[in-house]
Amino acid sequence: MTDTNDTRSQMPLGLAQRGYTGVIQHLSAREAGSALSDIELESRLIELGFVEGARVEVLHEGLVGRDPIAVRVDNITIAVRRREAMAIIVA
Amino acid sequence: MELPLLHLALVGTPNSGKTSLFNALTGSRQKVANYPGVTVERKEGFFVTPLGRQVSVVDLPGTYSLRGRSPDEEITRDFVLGKASGETMPDLVLCVADATNLRLTIRLLLELKRTGRPMILVLNMFDIATRRGINVDVERLAKELDVPVVTSIAVRKGGTADLLQLTDEISSKLAAELRENSWRALSVSELRATQREADRIIADCVSLPASPDTLTARIDAIVLHPVGGLIVLALILFVMFQAVFAWAQPLMELLNSGFDALGELVHNTLPAGLLQSFLQNGVISGVGSVIVFLPQIIIIFLFILLLEDFGYMARAAFLMDRIMGGAGLHGRAFIPLLSSFACAIPGIMATRVIDNKRDRLTTILIAPLMTCSARIPVYTLIISAFIPARDVWGFINLQGLVMFGLYATGIASALLVSFVIKFFMLRDYAPAPFMLELPDYKVPQLKSIAIGIYTRAKMFLQRAGTTIFSMMVLIWFLASFPQPPAGATEPAIDFSLAAIIGKALEPLLAPVGFNWQIAVALIPGMAAREVAVAALGTVYAIEGGKEAAEQIGQVLATKWSLATALSMLAWYIFAPQCASTLAVIRRETGSWAWMAVTFTYMLLLAYAASLVTYNVAVALGAG
Ligand SMILES: Nc1nc2c(ncn2[C@@H]2O[C@H](COP(=O)(O)OP(=O)(O)OP(=O)(O)O)[C@@H](O)[C@H]2O)c(=O)[nH]1
Ligand SMILES: [Mg+2]
Repeated sequence: MTDTNDTRSQMPLGLAQRGYTGVIQHLSAREAGSALSDIELESRLIELGFVEGARVEVLHEGLVGRDPIAVRVDNITIAVRRREAMAIIVA
Repeated sequence: MELPLLHLALVGTPNSGKTSLFNALTGSRQKVANYPGVTVERKEGFFVTPLGRQVSVVDLPGTYSLRGRSPDEEITRDFVLGKASGETMPDLVLCVADATNLRLTIRLLLELKRTGRPMILVLNMFDIATRRGINVDVERLAKELDVPVVTSIAVRKGGTADLLQLTDEISSKLAAELRENSWRALSVSELRATQREADRIIADCVSLPASPDTLTARIDAIVLHPVGGLIVLALILFVMFQAVFAWAQPLMELLNSGFDALGELVHNTLPAGLLQSFLQNGVISGVGSVIVFLPQIIIIFLFILLLEDFGYMARAAFLMDRIMGGAGLHGRAFIPLLSSFACAIPGIMATRVIDNKRDRLTTILIAPLMTCSARIPVYTLIISAFIPARDVWGFINLQGLVMFGLYATGIASALLVSFVIKFFMLRDYAPAPFMLELPDYKVPQLKSIAIGIYTRAKMFLQRAGTTIFSMMVLIWFLASFPQPPAGATEPAIDFSLAAIIGKALEPLLAPVGFNWQIAVALIPGMAAREVAVAALGTVYAIEGGKEAAEQIGQVLATKWSLATALSMLAWYIFAPQCASTLAVIRRETGSWAWMAVTFTYMLLLAYAASLVTYNVAVALGAG
């Protein structure tokens, strides 16, 4: 999982469009503004497989505010709201 | 020599097939469905291994870790760690994994190892893994994890043979393996490290096919399309309610005429008197009028079970998330609310998957507003009697449309109540996160659908035989005694206790257009919603006297105005007419106060809705 071009700039997954593919760089719960505490949010994301190096693809998005999004993480699909996805920094 | 009972526990990530495995091992019929969070309780079952060892196995709610973030996950954590009162730790933990998706389970397993319990990793759904060309080096995996690994296909006959054999082998040398429990909640960095370790092991032992399975993605392209998906959802619900009327009709008529014939037989063979009246009016007109709705109940459940097993439920939750979020509901609230379409009781139990206490409470409070299957008899009875069975725009059955409207009103009012609760009572509210695994679609298992329908039908008939029957005896008694004095000219029922009670309540209910017969039916109807149908059947049958062998629907059509009928429908959208639901609310919230709150707010809403409906209908000339 090293073939991501370093030239691509990092961004939160919460801003990604449908069809976006990338690799998780790091988690940054503080910037997400979720109702959960930073530690709790980070733990949950990791428990669903969002760890550094995992390949993600935004498969689907909802109607209102293009929220939530369905993200392929390796070989499972997880639905998350964009607010929580802001904690996942990808490139 | 009799060996002591061996205690197994099924632990694993949600939707990995634990309950399927439990059912396969013990021959039980616990609920299985293709979405995470189906099991929210601990269930124990028993079986005997091929070598004759007696085994107790406990099915647990799925969990991603032992942290116990929500009530269902706490159950699993407490059981595995032996914290549950009066429980010993399991002798052997079966860690159940979905073989097509090992990452999260392997991480959980690494965490579970710290509890020191002997463990087996069960690679379930191996049929799907094989079909997709996923190759797992089982031996190497076992070596790297230092845990025995076995494959299984829980839904196929004989698919657990290897597991049974391994259990026998391991159980003979268990005592030597006991290690100390060094588990404590993982810190974020430990969690991350464990996931890394899991990923490394998987990279070593699992090879994925060159071309991944795309069926789920192709279906989702339509089903989760921002606009198309909502259309599909509406279409599914719409077809479901059309079917309830269109498909069930012939069967219902058959049952109806069966009960009519039975009633007539009783009438003709028995001498006129109390026994004849009890059997004909109380049992056949009363209980029979509920049983005829069995086909409709079955059709509703057929749809729900098919959608659940196919894997649609999690998608529906995805589509509805923002709409529900706007009403202040937690993202995970959708599935409990959807279960409430079957019955509010499993729906309320399913709220255990919601981690936040307040969100859970809100969901519990509104779950009874979802149209449960016990409302079907009431709705269909009134709809069939008052709404003409004609098509609008050429293809939509008007009766089905009204039914759809009643369901939609239920949903809308649930969202509205939730909105009001959040707005006025729980102001410091921040939107709870929604994170849900969307499982791959699966071909529904015929057997589990059949079992699901059978269980539901049995429950319905059992209720008819117990709750409804006993309420019917009561109603029949009240409507028959005291007997009229000799030479009385009014109908006999006017002298009965039922009429006295009903007429005492009538002034209270007259503003919403209810007559005294409805008032009487609503009281035992507090026990269960269908009872009202049966009670009306009995009261009108007794009132009608001997010659009236008419069906209850036809009687209502002549005795009620359209306004009264509509008001009754409005009442039933809201009224808290179910004692068991209230009892479960008390248990799950641990508070009488919340039960009282639910009862009161629903009753007030029911009265208000009926009042408005009746008066508007009368003003429009339907009085
Ligand atoms: N093809 C196949 N399907 C399976 C197998 N085991 C389970 N399933 C299906 O997988 C889905 C989930 O099964 P459940 O037994 O409800 O899973 P669970 O682990 O109890 O789920 P939770 O209670 O939500 O944690 C259902 O649709 C099952 O029919 C298997 O070995 N092969
Ligand atoms: Mg289960």
